[in-house]
Amino acid sequence: MSDQAPILILAIPLFSAFVISLVGGLHRTVAFGLLTGAMAGSLTMALVALGAVLQNDAPVHYQLGNWPPPIGIELVIDYLNGLVLVVVAGCALLTAVYSHHTAAREQGDRLHHYYTLFALLITGLLGMVATGDAFNLYVLLEISALSSYAMLATGRGHAYYATFKYLIMGTIGACFYLLGVGYLYIKTGTLNMADLFRLLNTPEMHASASIRVGFLLIIIGLWIKMAFFPLHGWLPNAYSRATTTTACLIAPLMTKVSVYIMIRLMFSVFSVDYVFRTIPWSRLVVWLASAAIIAGSISALAQRDLKRLLTAIIVAEIGYMVGGAWLANANGLTGAIYHILSDALMTLCLFMTVGAIILRTGSSSFSAVENLCRKMPVTAAVFLIGAAAIVGIPPTCGFFSKWYLIRGAVQAGAWHFIAALIFASLASAVVFFRLIEIAWSGTFDGHGHGTPPVARAEAPLAMLAPMVAVAALLVIVGLYTNEIVANLIRWAIPAGL
Amino acid sequence: MDTIIPYVIAKYNYWAAIILLLIGLYGMIAKNNLMKKIIGMSIFQTSIILFYVSIGEKKGAAIPILIHGHGAETAQAAIDPAAFANPLPHVLMLTAIVVGVSTLGVALAILQKIQRFHNTIEEDEILEGMQE
Repeated sequence: MSDQAPILILAIPLFSAFVISLVGGLHRTVAFGLLTGAMAGSLTMALVALGAVLQNDAPVHYQLGNWPPPIGIELVIDYLNGLVLVVVAGCALLTAVYSHHTAAREQGDRLHHYYTLFALLITGLLGMVATGDAFNLYVLLEISALSSYAMLATGRGHAYYATFKYLIMGTIGACFYLLGVGYLYIKTGTLNMADLFRLLNTPEMHASASIRVGFLLIIIGLWIKMAFFPLHGWLPNAYSRATTTTACLIAPLMTKVSVYIMIRLMFSVFSVDYVFRTIPWSRLVVWLASAAIIAGSISALAQRDLKRLLTAIIVAEIGYMVGGAWLANANGLTGAIYHILSDALMTLCLFMTVGAIILRTGSSSFSAVENLCRKMPVTAAVFLIGAAAIVGIPPTCGFFSKWYLIRGAVQAGAWHFIAALIFASLASAVVFFRLIEIAWSGTFDGHGHGTPPVARAEAPLAMLAPMVAVAALLVIVGLYTNEIVANLIRWAIPAGL
Repeated sequence: MDTIIPYVIAKYNYWAAIILLLIGLYGMIAKNNLMKKIIGMSIFQTSIILFYVSIGEKKGAAIPILIHGHGAETAQAAIDPAAFANPLPHVLMLTAIVVGVSTLGVALAILQKIQRFHNTIEEDEILEGMQE
């Protein structure tokens, strides 16, 4: 059983998608049960695979159809993507539980179609993370992208146009990636990542202009997909117009998986030598990352709507991870990988609380949080922890990712990146303290005269349970930072950094 | 000019792909009509498919089917790779065509929804309507 775990991570959600579309229409409980079961199964298999990696201290290779690579497609699970697989499957499971209440309200009798897309999206994301083949990655990228377009469009109304813009940009990104892979294929004749790594890292290939163009196309394609500044224009509208469940699922995962793929291709297809020494872009990219952080934070300061505030923060957070990966030292990359984990959790946490606030107040403007501490005390507490993580207050995990990123930036001498990180912390502190003040004092405009009694209206248990779990994880991951870094992330850092 | 023209003629397949790619990219970015954006997207995807198909082709190569594939007399050494086109990029592009068709389908479905909601598929009119 456990040697089949890598393929079961993908096969369980894939087949559940077919089963949900066939029998999920019988009753919404059937669809919900199948989806939650599939996500739990996938998470279990991801944990089994990660356990096998830890136990053997070696990557797990799974040959599909027993065709040996480089002819066949293989799944490779190592320290880096074992961690990301657990994050993706875990977030998907929590969102699936959370969706019991929200998705049923949003989708009505189309719930099973929606859950089919949910399962397909997760299949695509897990596949992108697990695969060891560059073309297979493109196919899975499009599977997840197509499901995400359909899910975002269920927001209706203005969501249609926002989704259309995302579809156009997403297709450009994916096609750039495909074109870049074509360049690598012309030069090497292979698509297997390990084989590409072997063939690409020769002095002759390092000097090749085709490889350089291929690398550039792949990286720009991924930057469009992850909404890296200045290619982020599609993200705020697409995510803020989405329904609560869709936003909770897509916002934490899609961008983070694209960041993982960038790191994977930089170090497992190309090499440390190639990315940082042969081509002289790393300084420029760190500057772009600083610009992304500053632009996202300024945009966050200007928002008066909770969902749009969170999308602006996502744009800034992408800057953290891209900057960390391109700092060209082990601390920066540790920060970037750790931030994939912590940012997925804190984005999920905040989108879930905003979903609960929208459910009870019907609005996502800042005035919706008035009296939140009295109306929805649990939601307010979860929101507080999520906000603390974004600002970077210990012991939440947001503090530790910033800690590693700043250490990496000091080592690389990238002072502008440190300034941008501190600016982002201050900006998010300003925004969130303002929100917490509104939530506590109960007035948006500051002219409160006493406080009228407010009825308790907490979110239903199906939403509260995953929210509390995520908030707890934010603190637990923060407290166990040393163990996570020492046992997992340190081994994911490529040699030579 | 004397050096450029033979260069273009020798690599005309790549030039065709590049020109189509730029036409598609221009359509996706610059056109105001959303249907024309979708057409641009299709041209863009097709140009990449053509690029892949052309890299598998060789001068004077046959289609990669082994006629005498069965039987003991066909030793592996007898197969000359240079005599056959590389089938792998062509097979990859079957998948890419499927992806392109699905993307086109989703895009058209969303465009239909846009038309019903905004009563127009002109981008500037949609943006005007959203500001009101």
